[in-house]
Amino acid sequence: MTAILTPANPAVPLARSVRAELRRVLRWPVTWVLLGVWLLLNVLFTYVFDWISYRTGTATGPAEATTTVDGLLPAAIPDVLTQGMPLFGGALVMIMAALAVGSGYGWGTWKTVYTQGPSRVAAFGGTLVALAALVAGLVLVTIGVDLALSAVIAVVEGHSAGLPAAGPLAVSAAGAMLILGMWASLGTAVGVLSRSPALSAGLGLVWSLVVENLLRGVANALPAIEGVTYRLPGSSAGSVAGALGATPVTDGGSPGVLTELSGLAATGLTAGYLVVGVVVALAVVARRDLL
Amino acid sequence: MPDMDATIVSTERLTKTFGPRTAVDAVDLSVRRGEVYGFLGPNGAGKTTTLRMLLGLIRPTSGTATVHGLAPGDPAAVGRTGSLVEGPGFYPYLSGRENLRVLARYQGLDDRAVDRVLERVDLTDRGGDRFKAYSLGMKQRLGVAAALLGQPDLLVLDEPTNGLDPAGMADMRALVVDVAAGGQTVLLSSHLLAEVQEICDRVGIIAGGKLLVQSTVAELRGGTEIRLAARPLDRALAVAMRVIGDDAVEVADGELRIAAPADRVPELARALVAADVDITGLHSVERSLEEVFFDLTGTTTHHLTTASEEVPA
Repeated sequence: MTAILTPANPAVPLARSVRAELRRVLRWPVTWVLLGVWLLLNVLFTYVFDWISYRTGTATGPAEATTTVDGLLPAAIPDVLTQGMPLFGGALVMIMAALAVGSGYGWGTWKTVYTQGPSRVAAFGGTLVALAALVAGLVLVTIGVDLALSAVIAVVEGHSAGLPAAGPLAVSAAGAMLILGMWASLGTAVGVLSRSPALSAGLGLVWSLVVENLLRGVANALPAIEGVTYRLPGSSAGSVAGALGATPVTDGGSPGVLTELSGLAATGLTAGYLVVGVVVALAVVARRDLL
Repeated sequence: MPDMDATIVSTERLTKTFGPRTAVDAVDLSVRRGEVYGFLGPNGAGKTTTLRMLLGLIRPTSGTATVHGLAPGDPAAVGRTGSLVEGPGFYPYLSGRENLRVLARYQGLDDRAVDRVLERVDLTDRGGDRFKAYSLGMKQRLGVAAALLGQPDLLVLDEPTNGLDPAGMADMRALVVDVAAGGQTVLLSSHLLAEVQEICDRVGIIAGGKLLVQSTVAELRGGTEIRLAARPLDRALAVAMRVIGDDAVEVADGELRIAAPADRVPELARALVAADVDITGLHSVERSLEEVFFDLTGTTTHHLTTASEEVPA
């Protein structure tokens, strides 16, 4: 181990930067507020509201009641895991990334960080890896919370509390990390470009929550922009969620979930946006004067 | 070449323009290993911009610079340089100690290094407080602590006494002297000339983006000057020119200013008395850097060019 970690090894500055960035991001209250808000929203919209409506809405008939409770059981987690992520989860993660990056320009911390020794690319790479670790951790914690809640519901309702199949669960987890990772990547790019936490978070929110939704609204009327609209970041992520089994908003599912693109095309586009965000952020960080 | 070892920072016609404005204009400066170099000039003179170029934070428009013999911003050069530029930049939600621990991670240092630099700037007791709760002076000291982290060969401190009270300024001066005594090179910028003249070995004076002069403090301040108030002034002038020399005497503010060391005062006094001149005031003064600075910036462009040509290579 010591032999590998000689200063000549280019991985050393990156590893040091990752440790430093994880330390400051994990001690940042904003991180926990945003991740906590996501977990709360996930619990409310995936389980609590549906469970309440299931328990109080028996008048709608046993057939519908059965379909509703199915989505609340552990076996449904691969289908429902990503349903809130294209829109709300993505927006929260993007805010987190945009703030984590953009705030440093106001605080003057980037100037401090870039004069510690690791190159700018290594230092900012540390930020990217730290954010990726947060996204991965968030997805795993979400799965854990979902498992616990759905097991409680299954027991209370007298249904099977059997675990979801590992394969589909792993695919869904990977899809969730891809969706949130793309938003985090775009958040860092906006944060770097705007050099301002307020502007980057604001612009990112307007884009993810408003612009894409409005475009989807007019896309039906304007076939010329339909093809482009469904290939924008939020819509691509929505099609990833749709391909993983989340119910599209058109069928009464979650806002942001679509089935306009095939799973493969949506995954490729979403991964492409993730890479573009990372490359843009790194290229600007490496070249731009830090005033 | 021994000179390569002796010079830790050097720039050649270093220039930075922002749109139409030239912030730094063809600056040639050199900092020698182990010295305290004062980079002096008024606010907006181009000091911070120059230091930012030396740290690789911004790119020169033209000209070159080397730090530790490397291009500015080269990780190997940056790793051996500690800096505090344009105010301390820290995470406001973290404590002072935790901020330094984050920086220590970047440098691959352990937490004992953090405790040592906190001790050095006298922040050990307040290290656990959040940075945003610090006073301006404490923030500044934490910035210096961060610069000291990892015992770099070169310390670049931009206005390190900003926000400090007089006692804090004295502490900071003592710290800089102490650091230099330990063999570290210090490149220090300031707009307070009086404050640095005692601690700097050499200074470079910059105004309007141009380096006007670079020299030792002693050389810049020159010899002493004798000030003479006497009646009648014209007879005193004639005596002084005869005793000291024609070129050494000038009349200003109703008195004579004579460029001569203090040990010429008795001789001059005797000659004046012998010539029946009434002496109302006779004393020798040392020029402050501030006076040197005003002399430099208050004179014509031609004079300034001459001055910068006198910069030793």
